[in-house]
Amino acid sequence: MTYQEKKSIVSLISAILIFGFYCAYMYPRRPEGDLMSAETFRYWGSFVLILMLVSIIAHIVISIIFNIVFRMTTGEKEPAFADELDKLIELRAHRNSFFVFIIGFLLAMGSLVYDQPSQIMFIILIASGFISDVTGSATKLYHYRKGV
Amino acid sequence: MGKHLVGNHIRRLRFNHNEMTQQQLADKVGVTRQTIVALEKGNYSPSLELAFRIALAFNLPLEEVFFYGENTEE
Repeated sequence: MTYQEKKSIVSLISAILIFGFYCAYMYPRRPEGDLMSAETFRYWGSFVLILMLVSIIAHIVISIIFNIVFRMTTGEKEPAFADELDKLIELRAHRNSFFVFIIGFLLAMGSLVYDQPSQIMFIILIASGFISDVTGSATKLYHYRKGV
Repeated sequence: MGKHLVGNHIRRLRFNHNEMTQQQLADKVGVTRQTIVALEKGNYSPSLELAFRIALAFNLPLEEVFFYGENTEE
């Protein structure tokens, strides 16, 4: 298995774990009571912002650890640049990822149109962000294994 | 996916060029080893520029490295 395939798998697993642990940590802290209160909106706002921050930092740390482990176990250096195949796969991953997120965004807006609580809108938005991240990593893994 | 009409003789040519490794060829043409692996497996059709660079690395014309359609030689 090549560096890029391993990195895609690590990225996929880390995205699932980060989101899973973060949700498990934040879910018990959700405000009770009025769904339309300022407290509820503050909770969801901080949920998204902290998730983004935690996710970026965790991905950087995991990427560094992965590179160290890769060098130690294989004795190879990780590729220092992205060539045309990498860029093509990256583009396809972004395309699929954005497509999934846009569907989620439209569903979230649709939930507001159909008078659903604002919490539903936030949950759909956050879930679509997570699924789009997973889709991007899965697309990369698929194309690195099966070709473009 | 994986069934491309553009095939190549890269694996054989590497062998005939002092058993050049995939990494050596990758360094010569400016791509990662992963890309050479994908090319040899037939999982990727290279850009015209990369195809020319690979042909130049073997000092051969393009059509002796790449072919279009089925090839019964390999």
